[in-house]
Amino acid sequence: MHPAFSIIIFTTLSGLGYGLAALLGLGLLDPAQMATKAAHVIALALIGGGLISSTLHLGNPQRAWRAFSQWRSSWLSREGVLAIFTFVPLTWSAWLAVFESRWEPVIGTAGTLLCAITVFSTSMIYASLKSIDSWHSPWTPASYLGFSAASGATATALFAALGGAESLWPFALGAAVLVAVAWAIKLGWREQTGRPPLSTPETATGLGHLGTVRELEPPHMTDNYLTREMGFRVGRKHARKLWLIASVVGCGVPVVLLIGLAVAAGAPGGAATLVSLAALASLMAGILVERWLFFAEARHAVMNYYRGQLS
Amino acid sequence: MTSLPRHETPKKLGLVIDLDVCVGCHACVVACKEWNTGGYGATLSDQQPYGADVSGAWLNRVHGYEVMPDNSDGVVIGEAGEARVVHFPKSCLHCEDAPCVTVCPTGASYKREEDGIVLVDEDKCIGCGLCAWSCPYGAREMDLAAGVMKKCTLCIDRIYNETLEEVDRVPSCVRTCPTNARHFGDLADPTSEVSQMVAERGGFDLMPEQGTRPVNKYLPPRPRTPLSACAQPAVEDTADAAGFFGWVDRMLDRI
Ligand code: SF4
Ligand code: SF4
Repeated sequence: MHPAFSIIIFTTLSGLGYGLAALLGLGLLDPAQMATKAAHVIALALIGGGLISSTLHLGNPQRAWRAFSQWRSSWLSREGVLAIFTFVPLTWSAWLAVFESRWEPVIGTAGTLLCAITVFSTSMIYASLKSIDSWHSPWTPASYLGFSAASGATATALFAALGGAESLWPFALGAAVLVAVAWAIKLGWREQTGRPPLSTPETATGLGHLGTVRELEPPHMTDNYLTREMGFRVGRKHARKLWLIASVVGCGVPVVLLIGLAVAAGAPGGAATLVSLAALASLMAGILVERWLFFAEARHAVMNYYRGQLS
Repeated sequence: MTSLPRHETPKKLGLVIDLDVCVGCHACVVACKEWNTGGYGATLSDQQPYGADVSGAWLNRVHGYEVMPDNSDGVVIGEAGEARVVHFPKSCLHCEDAPCVTVCPTGASYKREEDGIVLVDEDKCIGCGLCAWSCPYGAREMDLAAGVMKKCTLCIDRIYNETLEEVDRVPSCVRTCPTNARHFGDLADPTSEVSQMVAERGGFDLMPEQGTRPVNKYLPPRPRTPLSACAQPAVEDTADAAGFFGWVDRMLDRI
C-alpha cells in the first residue's frame, strides 16, 4: 500500500497525543507544575495537528464534516466522532490544569478511556479491511494501542523530568516497560504477516481449477490509481534493513536511555530532561519508520490481478 | 446510509461474463469510458492524456491471463504444458456484502434496496479512498480531477432510461461487446436468462473467500480440442493425381 505521508504523520502524532493525554488523565503529573500545563496543551495540539493532517489527502476536504455521519457502519466515521467527543474531557482537563492547577479524577479518567477507544477505532480502520491480509488481524489494534501508550509514557517521563518530579524513576521505568511491550506486540504483528495469503491469482480469476494463473497482458501499460495506491511495495531487502533500524532506534535506544534515567534518578533536572527528550525523539523516529513499513509492506488482494506485484 | 440493505434485494442486477467467448478486444472498456465520461456524475478524467505518463479513471478493465494446466483429470482445457489464454474483463461486481459500502464514512457509497446496484453519491464523497482500499477486486478508481470515487453504475442511466430504444437499455459494455461475451440481467430471478446461463455453465464468483458475495458471475472457458487432435496441414501427396494433373505431375517429376 502507498505510504501516504499525511496518514503516517496523523497516526503517529495523534497516537503520541492520545497516549500523553490518557496518562495526564490519570493524574500522574502535578497539575500545579508549569510542565504539566504545557503537557496538556501539547497533547491537544498533537491530536489536533494529526487530525488536520489526516484531511490533507482527501479529494474534497471541504465536505469532511460528512464523515461524522456513518458511525453505525464505518470505523473511519467512528474515529471522527470519537475524536470530537474525546476533545470534551481533554479540553476540560487541560482547562482545569492550566487555569485552576487541579486534576479532576472523573473527567480525567473519562478522557483516558476515550483516548484509548479513539486510538482503537483508528486502528480498526485498517484492521477491518479483509482485502489486506497483514492488517486484518487483532494484532493491528494491539500494536496501535501499544505504540500510543509507549509514546505517551515516554512523553510523560519527559514532562515529569521537566517539572522536576520528586521521584522520576517510576516514570522512566514505566515508560521503558511500555516501550518494550509495544515492540514485543509489534514483533507478534510481524509474525502473523507470514500467514499464507487469503487470495491468490487462482482465486482472483476463478481459474485455479484449470491450472496455474499468470498475467499475460496487463489491462493498462502505465500506472493507474490502483497500482499507485495498492501496488506500492518496498523491496524485501530494504524492508529488513528498515525494520532493523526501527527496532534499534525505536526500541533499543529509548529503552536503554529510560532505564538509565530510572537508575540515575537523582541526576540533576536538566540532564534528566535531555535524556528523556532524546528517548522520546528516538522512539518517535522508530515509530515513524515502523508506520511507513506498516503501509509499504502491506499487500492488497487486488495485486493478485497484476503480475510482478506478487510474492 | 452506508449500512447494507437489511434484506436480500428483490432484484440483483448484474453481469455475467463469458470467459470462453471474450477475445480481449477492449471494446467494452472504451464503450464504458465513452458512456460514463458524459453520463452520471463527474467526467472520468485523464491525467496527461497526451503525455508520456498517461493515466486516468476507467470503470472496466480487461486483463489477459495465461493458464498453465497442471492437472490431468481427462478434461482438456489446455494440455499440460500448453498454456490457455483467457481474456478477463473486470468491473464492479455489485457485491451483496459490499465492504466498500460499509467502510464509507460519509454515506456516499450505498447499495440500492430495489435492485442491488452499488453507487457513489458524488456530492457526498470526500475522496478519502477507503472504499477503494476495501474492495479486493480493484473495482473503484478515484477521479483525480474531481476528487471523488468512480465506479461501475451498471449504466443506471441507460437501463431505466425510457428515452432509449429497448435494445439499448442495457449497460454500454454489454451493448457493445462484439462477441456477446457480456450479459446483463437479474440474478435473483432463477428463470432469467443470466441465471440459467450461470446454472448451465457453472458460473462462479471471484475470490469467494473474501466474503463479499459478488452478484456478477463468470462463466469458465469450455474444454477445447487437444492441439494434437486438431487438423494437421496435409503433407504433399500426388499419388492419386489423374488426367491432366497426373500428366503435369509426371512431367514435373522428370525435370
Ligand atoms: S466489486 Fe468492489 S466496488 Fe464493487 S461492490 Fe464489490 S467490493 Fe464494492
Ligand atoms: S472515497 Fe468517497 S465513496 Fe469512498 S469511502 Fe471515501 S467518501 Fe465514501
